[in-house]
Amino acid sequence: MISISDSATKLNSLNRRMFILATAKIIILGGIVSRLFFLQVKENKKYLTLSDKNRIREWKLPPIRGEFQDYFGNTIAGNFEAYQLHIIPEEVEDFRYVIYRVKELLELSEKQFKKIVKKKNEIKPWETLIVADNLSWEKFSKINNHLYDLNGVKPVISISRDYPYKENFTHVLGYVSQANENDLLTNENIKEKFVPGLKVGKTGLEKSFEQKLIGSNSVERYEVNAYGRRISQLAFQKGDKGQTIKLTIDTKIQELTNELLKEKAGSICVMDIYTGAIIAMHSSPSFDPNSFVFGISQDEWQLIRNNPMKPLVNKSLSGNYSPGSTIKPIVALSALENEIIKPDFTVQCKGHKNPLELYGQTYHCWKKEGHGFVNLREAMKQSCDTYFYEVARRLGVDRLSVTAKKFGLGQKVFKDIFDNEKMGLVPNTEWKKNALGRNWVLGETIITGIGQGFIQTTPIQLCLMTAQIANGGYKIYPKIVANDDNQYADKFTPLYKKSRNIKIVQDAMFSSTNEVRGTSYRSRLDDPKYRFAGKTGTSQVKKITERDRELDLKTFQIPYEERDHALYVAFGPYQRPRYALSIIIEHGGSGGTVAAPLAKELFKMIVDRHEIRKNYDNKKYLDI
Amino acid sequence: MYQYRRFNNKNGFFQKFGNLDYILLSCLLILGFISLATMYSTDGGEVLFHTRSHFIKFVVFFSMMLVISFINIKFWFSLGYLSYAVILGMLIWTINFGITASGSKRWIDLYFLNIQPSELMKIFIILCLAKYFHRMKSQHVNSFYSICFSLIIIFVPMSLVIIQPDLGTSLLIAISGIVVLWFAGLNHKYFFYSCLLSIISLPIIISFLKPYQKLRVLTFLNPDRDPLGAGYQIIQSKIAVGSGGFTGKGFLKGTQSYLEFLPEKHTDFIFTLFSEEFGFIGSVLLLLIYSIIIYRVIRIGALSRSYFAKLFCYSFGTSIFIYIVINMSMVLGLLPIVGSPLPIMSYGGSSMLATMIGFGIVMSAKTHSQQSIA
Repeated sequence: MISISDSATKLNSLNRRMFILATAKIIILGGIVSRLFFLQVKENKKYLTLSDKNRIREWKLPPIRGEFQDYFGNTIAGNFEAYQLHIIPEEVEDFRYVIYRVKELLELSEKQFKKIVKKKNEIKPWETLIVADNLSWEKFSKINNHLYDLNGVKPVISISRDYPYKENFTHVLGYVSQANENDLLTNENIKEKFVPGLKVGKTGLEKSFEQKLIGSNSVERYEVNAYGRRISQLAFQKGDKGQTIKLTIDTKIQELTNELLKEKAGSICVMDIYTGAIIAMHSSPSFDPNSFVFGISQDEWQLIRNNPMKPLVNKSLSGNYSPGSTIKPIVALSALENEIIKPDFTVQCKGHKNPLELYGQTYHCWKKEGHGFVNLREAMKQSCDTYFYEVARRLGVDRLSVTAKKFGLGQKVFKDIFDNEKMGLVPNTEWKKNALGRNWVLGETIITGIGQGFIQTTPIQLCLMTAQIANGGYKIYPKIVANDDNQYADKFTPLYKKSRNIKIVQDAMFSSTNEVRGTSYRSRLDDPKYRFAGKTGTSQVKKITERDRELDLKTFQIPYEERDHALYVAFGPYQRPRYALSIIIEHGGSGGTVAAPLAKELFKMIVDRHEIRKNYDNKKYLDI
Repeated sequence: MYQYRRFNNKNGFFQKFGNLDYILLSCLLILGFISLATMYSTDGGEVLFHTRSHFIKFVVFFSMMLVISFINIKFWFSLGYLSYAVILGMLIWTINFGITASGSKRWIDLYFLNIQPSELMKIFIILCLAKYFHRMKSQHVNSFYSICFSLIIIFVPMSLVIIQPDLGTSLLIAISGIVVLWFAGLNHKYFFYSCLLSIISLPIIISFLKPYQKLRVLTFLNPDRDPLGAGYQIIQSKIAVGSGGFTGKGFLKGTQSYLEFLPEKHTDFIFTLFSEEFGFIGSVLLLLIYSIIIYRVIRIGALSRSYFAKLFCYSFGTSIFIYIVINMSMVLGLLPIVGSPLPIMSYGGSSMLATMIGFGIVMSAKTHSQQSIA
């Protein structure tokens, strides 16, 4: 039997302990509640975000790239609907079966097939695998007919780049291709907008204006479950198309330049001498940028790369050439400006037999028989080398370089729009000392006077130089984007000391094209509406030896790489100048016979097109 | 004596009916309703297998609890050792002939239902130990013999469950047993020393753990160690609770659960789903209902005449409290993950059965509160 007292002790102890535990329970309960409060109220935002991150997955679609238009609003780089085949691996039950079936239907080669399988292993299972990016309509419909058998395969109509004028604008626009690792590393914007199959600009304006062109992704937002299966679409956020960029280029003239340079290596640049607008800029040979959009085939690439005429080089901007006689207007102008000579300054040219001898070196004129007594106008007209040897000797290279730089030689014409633009080189004594560590030799001054030696110019620089002579000697800033109203403080500031000197040079260039014995007389246009003035140039690639002089070979008898470059710069119409151009034909022979005739064709069209351009402008203003 | 007899005579069916604790009953019913609603949500807003099965189990076991309420507490007292022995036998049976599921042998096939004896043991160990200490004089409680005997009673089923293997349940069995020891008046210093000892020997215990159990401990210490592997459950669970916010995402709108990010959402993690859909308010309300239930259980114990009934009610109430705390702490990232269901809310027949038997005995103590046991 349990005694009463013992029972009471036990009950006492039991109740006391119950009380202790009850207190502990309340504390623990408080702990749980505070933990709940912490998670659900205090940290709610954090976990809500995490929960949304869990359940919401976004699919970025490729942005629609902005277009390029020419001056008249024609699309020169646009978009077209490409038929593509996409697979999202995680949505396919039996990937092997499907991929073999696709291979069969599309008649993929073993190599292509392996590439696709490799790509599949590289991406995440919910990312899009692009099996084919540009299917023909036949194959696309074939796939559509077999869809019942191809679970998870998605035929997609996608937007892709299209260059309707093929090779005409290649060097201006560049081309687009699949973004690679390098693009992602160097451009944050591309990285942010990247989706498999995104095409980005690789060269030219396509690359320079990437930020504006790329547009923004459309975003599909889906609710997904823990296994990544899409449950429902929550939102579709439409992206913006990239900006349309309008260029100053006239497609008709651009096409003509392409036509004229067919089968030749060279460049033509045409510029408005007042606005600096580039009317045409072409480098030949060119290539079809459409081939790069879906990745170029190895064979085609090798063909372009190994072409001795170097189609990949944009000769208008990155071709460094000795300007040859096309520099003479600047030499003349510099001499006049520095009052070294007067227009009636006369030199006797005795031809090959009696070359000019200065300080133990001989300097030949191009004409065997010599030009006799020539003044400035005659010397320019007939491109007498002897005259300019003498002028250069009196002028000195430093004063010449100041004038040349003023007129845009030796510096980039388009600041940073084109990453492949070269600066060219205008030498002076200080430059040689710094760069080569040797002193300037007077002989080098003399050959600089006829645009040989160290001096290097790009075709676009020659064009700018001519334009600034043509507009009366005022500074302009070339532009290629139509609405780029560059506001430079020194725009239209005079580059001359006496405007009469400019007139003298212009007149001398006029004589060179339009008067008998002018070097480009045969390429003249007599109609005053079209009449233009110009200056030929023939730049030597190789030093002419005595033997060469004796042989006096015709151009086609010399090996291609040793032939002279033919150059021509011109402006017109002469009465009221509006356009300047530069033509260069690599290894073409003499400027007068090869380059100048192209100007004749060009000016006919340029002047005709000017009317249309003016009307287009006026109409545009009326519309507003 | 006469009065007492008369009192006893009044102890008829209607008397008992009137003596039922209706607050406890209604709380249990509310809890059952909540658990059904939650189960309905785990099925994605449809009456599917889990909801239907949970409903049937709740109805059957709730009725069973009512039946138990009318059985004299003396009967349960007399059944103390026997029931313990039967469950022990079932545990041994489990080891040899149990049904293997997800890597452990926990169930035995009773032809009409599969039962998990380890869950039942959580209740019957309390019954057994309560009976053992009921007879004991207070000065004997701390004797070497009684401590040894009660520790054996705890250790045998515990080790049988560990080898299933089911660490969670075996720990809960041990806790149930230890709670009875505490109430029986075992000296505080034993608890203190054994706590100290277990903390010191923790590294050794951990070295004996199975690799997956070690992983759980490591994951608890740092869930971000392997967010898609071992840490996945706890991370997703915390996200679900946390994203619920103050008022919750709304019934059937718990994205974490219905998009299948939540693991074990029917069983151990059911609170996570509830908390996601009903938020802080709902969770606190649920805790309140549990608190009322536990309070009622303890109150019944306090009003009971017999020491056995008191001991059982206190221990059972405290055990239920501990189960709830362990389960919630686990899903809230306060404890490592051990398999422990949330009483009544979690899907699982054996757990429901055991809990309802427990409440039945408590209710029986209420209806027979004046019953003294010799």
